[in-house]
Amino acid sequence: MNTRWQSHRSVSDVAETMALHPKFLDIQGVEQSFKTAKGWFPALRNINLSVARGEFVTLIGHSGCGKSTLLNLIAGLALPTQGTLLCANREISGPGPERAVVFQNHSLLPWLTCFENVYLGVERVFGAAKKSIGAPAETKTQLRERTDAALALVGLTAAAHKRPGEISGGMKQRVGIARALAMEPKVLLMDEPFGALDALTRAKLQDELLDIVTRTQSTVVMVTHDVDEAVLLSDRIVMLTNGPAATIGDIVQVHLDRPRSRVSLAENPQYLGYRKAVIDFLYTRQSHVEKVA
Amino acid sequence: MSESAASTASGPAASPPTPAFDWRGMWLHVLPPILGLGLLVAIWALVSITSGSSIPGPLETGNQALTLFSDPFYRKGPNDQGVGWNVLMSLQRVALGFGLAALVGIPTGFLIGRSTFLSRMFNPLISLLRPVSPLAWLPIGLLVFKGANPAAIWTIFICSIWPMIINTAVGVQRVPQDYLNVARVLNLSEWKIVTKILFPAVLPYMLTGVRLAVGTAWLVIVAAEMLTGGVGIGFWVWDEWNNLNVKNIIIAIFVIGMVGLVLEMALIKLATAFTFEEVKS
Repeated sequence: MNTRWQSHRSVSDVAETMALHPKFLDIQGVEQSFKTAKGWFPALRNINLSVARGEFVTLIGHSGCGKSTLLNLIAGLALPTQGTLLCANREISGPGPERAVVFQNHSLLPWLTCFENVYLGVERVFGAAKKSIGAPAETKTQLRERTDAALALVGLTAAAHKRPGEISGGMKQRVGIARALAMEPKVLLMDEPFGALDALTRAKLQDELLDIVTRTQSTVVMVTHDVDEAVLLSDRIVMLTNGPAATIGDIVQVHLDRPRSRVSLAENPQYLGYRKAVIDFLYTRQSHVEKVA
Repeated sequence: MSESAASTASGPAASPPTPAFDWRGMWLHVLPPILGLGLLVAIWALVSITSGSSIPGPLETGNQALTLFSDPFYRKGPNDQGVGWNVLMSLQRVALGFGLAALVGIPTGFLIGRSTFLSRMFNPLISLLRPVSPLAWLPIGLLVFKGANPAAIWTIFICSIWPMIINTAVGVQRVPQDYLNVARVLNLSEWKIVTKILFPAVLPYMLTGVRLAVGTAWLVIVAAEMLTGGVGIGFWVWDEWNNLNVKNIIIAIFVIGMVGLVLEMALIKLATAFTFEEVKS
């Protein structure tokens, strides 16, 4: 069994890394417009946000407000019309495995087994020599070990050789998470990863994600529309105003001790306070979709 | 296990349950096709009787078929060979013409699917040439290749290439953006993108193209061989017409139908084996 992800981080550890790299991911004055038949449509304006290393940030807002657009910008799948995005002090100019994405609809390749889906990314990242850090190319055995470890991390060792069509929705999403984590990304980007799952499966995967993130000390940016999910998982909740031309309306710092437990938090006044703050923002301050000026 | 469960449930006197033979299911699945075939034979017999035996009836044709199929691979000179040889020659022409069409058509389809420029460049050409009956190309083939056999293969090539190009191009254009995003995030090499994403995603479309192409080719070869002569099932039909051997013509119709059916079923089997749940939707 691989021990890559077995180290538990203590709360003070994380606080230290976060303080050392407060601007691990840095978004400066980003604006995004799309060209449509009726002219330019402004999706995002004036987005300034920095994410510390090891921090878990969720983006929340009504549908169509541009949360996914912002995530795509961080992923590099789209480039901003204005402003810059930096990851570890380097400009984001395109997609890459150091910013792995867990897609909403899992996006596993249906003709590959779970193992092969994960292996595809592992092979790309670790199968070639990395000149920048002087790491040699890893052997096939090492690559396979990494893949097995990632599948074990999400509890799918038994289903490794099944095709995506043969497993449940929750399991597919777990493979998606394994594929992303196996590449050891600097930032893990998740686009409503549990949105398509039923409530019980979603809760189970949220708990697993909490545990995995604790173990891997990942930096995570996650898009969600689920208030409880945001409060349960995040260090910070970034709330976007309604589109068009959405921007960051408010940010909630979540000071809840980790490890967090869904059950004990349910009656925690602090938790309920955060929850209320987010709900107030979403349903009182941003309840109506602004009309295009 | 089920036996012990059954005995505890209904006492020691009960015998182990044997599933009753599903007569009803068999009835519904076997009877209609038999009735259909029976109807065909009945109409055939009726036509044969009313035409004053200028069209042979099912019984004599059946007897003739038995003697014919007892020795399908005989050779008595270039114009008198067994039905087996004729079918094999036709299949060989279809395979050659179709194979060449696949070699040219699949890469062309990929290029057209990937590039808007090429797609706009070739679409008018395809739209113009596709409706033309492939037999119209036969004289050109005879002129260029100076031989009946290559001209027939050329005709098959022309009729097979359009479905191959069009279906491959459509498949490439319909590769889900999600898969391409995965490729971009994983930063896959062009080779990996083609082998791990594009090709498997396009394969079901390509196989549809193959099925349509082979189906058309089998239709066209009979007509082409009637014109070109040589050994082949189409020529055989024409030859038997010249001999006024109507029984053999009817047998040929059945043989052509059977071979077409087998080709179609084999290709459908192949296509389902390579179609994945997510691609279908």
